[in-house]
Amino acid sequence: MWDKIKDFSSEFFVTGDPLILGAQVSIAITMVAIVFVLTYFKKWRWLWTEWLTSVDHKKIGIMYIIASILMLFRGGVDALLMRMQLAAPQLEFLNAEHYNQIFTTHGVIMILFMAMPLMFGLFNIVVPLQIGARDVAFPFLNSLSFWMFFFGAMLFNMSFVIGGSPDAGWLAYPPLSGLSGSPGVGQDFYIWGIQISGIGSLATGINFIVTILKMRAPGMKLMKMPMFTWSVLSSCTTIIFAFPILTVTLFLLFLDRYMGAHFFTLDGGGNPMMYINLIWMWGHPEVYIVILPAFGIFSEIVSAFSKKKLFGYKSMVFALMSISFFSFFTWAHHFFTMGTGANVNAFFAVTTMLIAIPTGVKVFNWLFTMYRGKLSFPTPMMWTVAFIPCFVIGGMTGVLLSVAPADFQFHNSYFLIAHFHQVLIGGVVFGYFAGLYYWWPKMFGFKLHEGLGKWAFWFWNIGFYVCFMPQYALGLMGMTRRFNEYNFDMGWQPLNVVSTVGGFLMGIAFLFQVWQIAHSIKFYKKEKTGDTWDGRTLEWSIPSPAPMYNFARTPIVTEQDDWWEKKQRRLRGEADAPEVVQAEQAPLEPIHMPRNSGVPFVMSAFWFTAGFGFVWDWKWMIVLGLGGVIVTMLVRSFTYNTDYYIPVEEIERTEAAARGAH
Amino acid sequence: MANHNAHTEHGDHGGHEGGHGSMKSYVIGFLLSIVLTIIPLVAVMNDMFSKQVTTVIILIMAILQFAVQLLFFMHIRDEKKPRYNLISLIFGLVIMLTIVAGSIWIMTYNAVAT
Amino acid sequence: MAEAIKQKGHLAHAGHGSHDSGDHGHGHDHHDQEEMKTFGFWLFLITDVILFGVLFATYVVLRNNTAGGPLGSELIEMPGIIASTFILLTSSFTSGIALLEMNKGNKKGLITWLIITALLGASFIYLEVNEFIHLVHEGANIGTSAYWSAFFTLVGTHGLHVSLGLVWMTVLIVQIRRRGITPVTKRKVNIVSLYWHFLDVVWIFVFTIVYLMGVM
Repeated sequence: MWDKIKDFSSEFFVTGDPLILGAQVSIAITMVAIVFVLTYFKKWRWLWTEWLTSVDHKKIGIMYIIASILMLFRGGVDALLMRMQLAAPQLEFLNAEHYNQIFTTHGVIMILFMAMPLMFGLFNIVVPLQIGARDVAFPFLNSLSFWMFFFGAMLFNMSFVIGGSPDAGWLAYPPLSGLSGSPGVGQDFYIWGIQISGIGSLATGINFIVTILKMRAPGMKLMKMPMFTWSVLSSCTTIIFAFPILTVTLFLLFLDRYMGAHFFTLDGGGNPMMYINLIWMWGHPEVYIVILPAFGIFSEIVSAFSKKKLFGYKSMVFALMSISFFSFFTWAHHFFTMGTGANVNAFFAVTTMLIAIPTGVKVFNWLFTMYRGKLSFPTPMMWTVAFIPCFVIGGMTGVLLSVAPADFQFHNSYFLIAHFHQVLIGGVVFGYFAGLYYWWPKMFGFKLHEGLGKWAFWFWNIGFYVCFMPQYALGLMGMTRRFNEYNFDMGWQPLNVVSTVGGFLMGIAFLFQVWQIAHSIKFYKKEKTGDTWDGRTLEWSIPSPAPMYNFARTPIVTEQDDWWEKKQRRLRGEADAPEVVQAEQAPLEPIHMPRNSGVPFVMSAFWFTAGFGFVWDWKWMIVLGLGGVIVTMLVRSFTYNTDYYIPVEEIERTEAAARGAH
Repeated sequence: MANHNAHTEHGDHGGHEGGHGSMKSYVIGFLLSIVLTIIPLVAVMNDMFSKQVTTVIILIMAILQFAVQLLFFMHIRDEKKPRYNLISLIFGLVIMLTIVAGSIWIMTYNAVAT
Repeated sequence: MAEAIKQKGHLAHAGHGSHDSGDHGHGHDHHDQEEMKTFGFWLFLITDVILFGVLFATYVVLRNNTAGGPLGSELIEMPGIIASTFILLTSSFTSGIALLEMNKGNKKGLITWLIITALLGASFIYLEVNEFIHLVHEGANIGTSAYWSAFFTLVGTHGLHVSLGLVWMTVLIVQIRRRGITPVTKRKVNIVSLYWHFLDVVWIFVFTIVYLMGVM
């Protein structure tokens, strides 16, 4: 009996590595500590009723952001471990297997469990407020999306201490990721973690498209929408067409591993190239999915801090929508070296170059918006300004890579690594940071400390260039990705050391941000106006943080940047349009709101159970998990009492409290 | 919120449901779909044409069949403006065709030994 | 105003002040609610189009990769396939009639036609399961070769969709019996019927590309 338990646990838990042992111990201690704190302060009920079951888009958004910052920490630690290994490969700080696992989890976590949830968090917080809605179109589904993401991410992260991490790269190419190349459970954690959270992403995509198309405040025509909302629409459009591809591709890989199918195997007529073809049909649009909202954020911020209307609104809309369409026509540039022949490569090289054009249009729009504006440079604007040169360089190297014959030289080298980190950090991360700083007061009712934010900003930026510029050179010197060792006589070590220093500078920057948040909470200063930055769009017309029903009265929109124009009109002493006046003086009405529900949490927990069962091939657990999923779906289907009214008196109380704070 | 917008953008609004689709259109649709199934079946089972011609015929029949379902059963025509359903469907079909055609094109050069 | 209701089913309409604008009453919201859900479901169907598109692409790319194993044309038996095709076509038609009955407000007719549709769907599944059993007996399963992997996955995914539709219809019939024809149940019937037509369309392409072109 004892031996059996010992055998089982040696297979079940990852053993034999001091780093991982440390992680296991600290995870266990953290969990005990969380349980203790919640119990000691009697917060379990609060956690359940206020957060876990909440269908409020603002709370869901905050949960997304907290989760993504934790994931940023983990992905960042992975990155620093890799940089330490590469600075001194002779020391063998990480062995090959461990190194493979770390670059795999770094990639997956940063894209799918950091960038995506941070993006969804901003969607959730901002979009309904910007369009004057009381929530998203399907609040229940929204909560379900979050929990699917959360449990998927947990399942994936678990592989670190239980069973072993996946180690076949972030896109898990077969045959390496097939049963022959990866017999362990790590790859199964990969499949199920991504699959479960992917369902959530798909649902979010649908949810926000419907929200934006159907729930805008009266008068807000499509061409009067704030640019961030446009970018969310284009990103979500891309999501709903791209994510099903990922779902199917991973499902086929699962069938290969679990049922002995022969889609991507080397025997039985399978074709691993087909996997690469399919995964990039999702993978390429995916990078646009995460970058488009960043473009939207920059547009909002540039216009707000230049005190000018966005230059070239229509061309911006056109650029966003055309990128989301053309992103589906460039996927083969990720495998020019597959040997697909000149025609295919030429076609995809041209489409790749074409898609750079709308992006270039946007850069000019931002520059012209700033031109002759009344500029100010608080942290959100600093990130925006830093983004422009960084993204332009990243974009240019991308165009270099798109030249198919040259790509045979660059392919899988550090040149490529430097390129995509430059667009993903310089574009996505900078963008989301800018968005976080910009909308933070709207979320929590206080501003983040500017001084510490500037320290973080400079550490991030300098660290970034110190880290990645040498990698372009390393790539041209012949260093390829995914090696944990190189010989000293290759001459790569000095630049690698520089790059590692840059990595740690960014690590310090992250610490500054943590400090900044802690400091701002400790010296909490209530943001009284609700309009922190003298903003332009509807979210700044209501108190910060927004009351649970967002708008006591549905706003009437008459033009683009409606809130700004209204403020200007009032400054000039002009009157609002009669319908606006009428709407603002109308008596309050009870507000119809969705009820909280525990079903999303429970259903996602069952998905997690099923996924865990599939990973270990424990039939009873699969049945339990899938059975639970079906039962919770039925429970939901038969629940008809899903909403309630907020009475007028309560709205009045809330509004009076918010006004009293003015 | 939504409804206001709906008002401004398409005057009055009505959803998908209700008010359209008659017995007649369902019967016509059904008969058409039967005919469009029988034609390719006969063409293939009796080897009436060369392989290429048959392929073209049966694919065209399938596409027509799709159109019949869309028009007579799913009432795509009855949608009020703005036609988000139709727009999203067209976009989806374009992407779907890209996936299929692109895969075929790319993988032609990467076929493995059967 | 109460436009922000996003959740299905709401009971109390009473007790609220009327709107000055008049036409945005609660019944109206409701209509929007259900319209939004129908649109959301339509978008879901489009994602399903992509899903099947990828499966078709995989099937077409791997159609010749039989690795020396049996070919599709050797094992597929067309009579059963033809029967199931006509069954599914008919069920698409009957689900349309159910919709007409619903619009007339005829609860009994609605339930009857839904049951007929579900029975036709069940016989389709029965035939498909039989076909699969036959194929496995003949020595073709999901692990036989890339061709058969793609075949079983494509056809099986469609079958799974139909089976889910059956469960859904059953649940819906229970709800209609309990609650009658309300805006909520109406919307549910509408989307299940959209789903059903959609599966019919997918089957037409399975029939054409997998079966007809397979035996050619």
